[in-house]
Amino acid sequence: MPLLEVRNLQVRVEEREILHGLSLVVNKGEVHAIMGPNGSGKSTLSHVIAGKPGYEVTGGEILFEGEDLLAMSPEERSAKGVFLAFQYPVEIPGVTTMTFLRTALNAQRKARGQTEFLVPDFLRKVRKVADSLNIPMDMLKRGVNVGFSGGEKKRNEILQMALFEPSLCILDEMDSGLDIDALRVAADGVNALRSPDRAVVVITHYQRLLNYIVPDFVHVMSKGRVVKSGGKELALELEASGYARFDDAA
Amino acid sequence: MSAVQETVDRVRRIDVDQYRYGFETLIESDKAPKGLSEDTVRFISAKKNEPAWMLEWRLEAYRRWLTMTEPKWARVHYPKIDYQDLYYYSAPKKKEIGSLDEVDPEILKTYEKLGIPLREVEMLEGVVRPEGERRIAVDAVFDSVSVATTFQKELKQAGVIFMPISEAIREHPELVKKYLGTVVPTSDNYFATLNSAVFSDGSFVYVPPGVRCPMELSTYFRINERNTGQFERTLIIADKGAYVSYLEGCTAPQRDENQLHAAVVELVTLDDAEIKYSTVQNWYPGNSEGKGGIYNFVTKRGDCRGDNSKISWTQVETGSAITWKYPSCILRGDNSRGEFYSIAISNGHQQVDSGTKMIHLGKNTTSRIISKGIAAGVSQNTYRGLVTAHRKATGARNFTACDSLLIGDKCGAHTVPYIEAKNSSALFEHEATTSKISEDVLFYCVQRGLSQEEAVGLVVNGFVKDVLQQLPMEFAVEAQKLISISLEGSVG
Repeated sequence: MPLLEVRNLQVRVEEREILHGLSLVVNKGEVHAIMGPNGSGKSTLSHVIAGKPGYEVTGGEILFEGEDLLAMSPEERSAKGVFLAFQYPVEIPGVTTMTFLRTALNAQRKARGQTEFLVPDFLRKVRKVADSLNIPMDMLKRGVNVGFSGGEKKRNEILQMALFEPSLCILDEMDSGLDIDALRVAADGVNALRSPDRAVVVITHYQRLLNYIVPDFVHVMSKGRVVKSGGKELALELEASGYARFDDAA
Repeated sequence: MSAVQETVDRVRRIDVDQYRYGFETLIESDKAPKGLSEDTVRFISAKKNEPAWMLEWRLEAYRRWLTMTEPKWARVHYPKIDYQDLYYYSAPKKKEIGSLDEVDPEILKTYEKLGIPLREVEMLEGVVRPEGERRIAVDAVFDSVSVATTFQKELKQAGVIFMPISEAIREHPELVKKYLGTVVPTSDNYFATLNSAVFSDGSFVYVPPGVRCPMELSTYFRINERNTGQFERTLIIADKGAYVSYLEGCTAPQRDENQLHAAVVELVTLDDAEIKYSTVQNWYPGNSEGKGGIYNFVTKRGDCRGDNSKISWTQVETGSAITWKYPSCILRGDNSRGEFYSIAISNGHQQVDSGTKMIHLGKNTTSRIISKGIAAGVSQNTYRGLVTAHRKATGARNFTACDSLLIGDKCGAHTVPYIEAKNSSALFEHEATTSKISEDVLFYCVQRGLSQEEAVGLVVNGFVKDVLQQLPMEFAVEAQKLISISLEGSVG
């Protein structure tokens, strides 16, 4: 059974249809890249999978491990193992990152019928993950993303990804706003999470990121559909020729 | 169904008021005849076996009250209050209580339900408590009378007087006469004057010179009777170099009709003394249509009468249909300091008009105001504050930060600061922000596994963190829970 199966998905925002029958199959252990120009519906797809309010699904379905994902609340999806790393992570003043991590992790565990982490065990786990991502513990005592640089915010997303151990990681424009060094650190973090039990979906404009996170499959989106799928060489092809030629295919 | 729709539906199913304390205790009570007249005042005074001077004081207040009109400047709307349609005194029958054992078990049960540690039985029976566990002495006020004050003996050893004010009037008339009405005069305002005429009980605290009160003092107010006004009067004096921390909690049963609460609290600090006064107010806020709920018209004022003295107000306001409350500091002594930390939450149809006054009279006086207003539902939440420096108050300094958080798009937050500096050396700073809990922040949290309500609770607790930190530990935990409860059903 595929981990994620999107079948003929049609989505509207207000009165406008953004996705016109999109299909995608992602299996555990795979890394998929979804590429496409602005407005092609890449972020919409990630938002609909995660359950963001404001999107109306008018047709098709999304199955996650064979279950109807669209029937679940966003927090249920999270507990099932759907993780979305945001393009623009929000700031939550007055709530330390540490508190946020613990509250979220325990909420997910509770939803799965697992026991909550005790503070010492939790701290040990966080410290280990933070070290591997070069995140100083002091940073975690600050408010969630408050005063964080672009690179710090992205690393904080990957820290959560590593901590929550989701089975599906969707990275929405992870490279936006990152310089090359920050990008490398973030990509290393993602690569460390590649595993036969997990799938990664990388959403990006540019081929650049895919030099660091090498995908197994590349899908090109245009005007709300996947217009071409292929191996990693497809990304290089795109880099050379641009998106324009796919517009006709859509 | 989309997540939003689901949340909206779920919220609709929840009644806005999830008021946990809405139970009623069935006990017999002894009431004054309905309505207000000189006879009512005499009745109350007689019930309390008061000396003649006290009755005179009350009558004078009553006569003045007749000449006054209800203030209308606050941003709150409510039907006209019929002062003749209220009971001004209600006491649980079987009064004349000598010790806790004589308290009506029904009342003890009520306090147990509220989670208030009234019984010192464990202590008396020598139950060993963990080292360092803080103890709190409690004075419990049920409708109009104080039913039990705990730890009296231990406090007495330290020289601290903590008793119902009705007893203090009889047992310590010299102290009461010296301080009562000196911070909030009987002529102060409509509600304070009414209180002066008909107050029935409340707490009295006197901490002698140089004494640091050995435990937190606490009063729990409970309105139980129907159609009863509660008019408590609290007077706290910290003599030279003394320190006391005082906690106040309030609850009431759910009623269809509104109940009136008009309290007066007076604090006095002499040289080098400090009073820390914390309130967690959770009166019944009314139901989801705005019916019922407590009208809370309270006058709280502290007088830093001595040099280098300090008064600090911390309040967490979650209940009441109407809140009209401005805990203030008169900074009379040189180098004295006033603080006001406030969290005011309004949900459903609640209306809050609250803030503070910092009146700088002495030299080099400082004050600090941190106000956090949270509005949800169709509520209206107003911060109203006054900071003044007298012309002799050289070097006066104030810092004010007023932050408002809106949940949903049908509520309102308003900030009304008044600043007056009559000398050029005063330095006043005012900061204000208004923000909304954005959909993006909520979605970020739910994506990470939190429910909508957990997400709102987390964001709000982050918002009020600076103020929560000012509360004593046990209270902070209680307040945190209360904040989450009072915001239940606010998302959607």
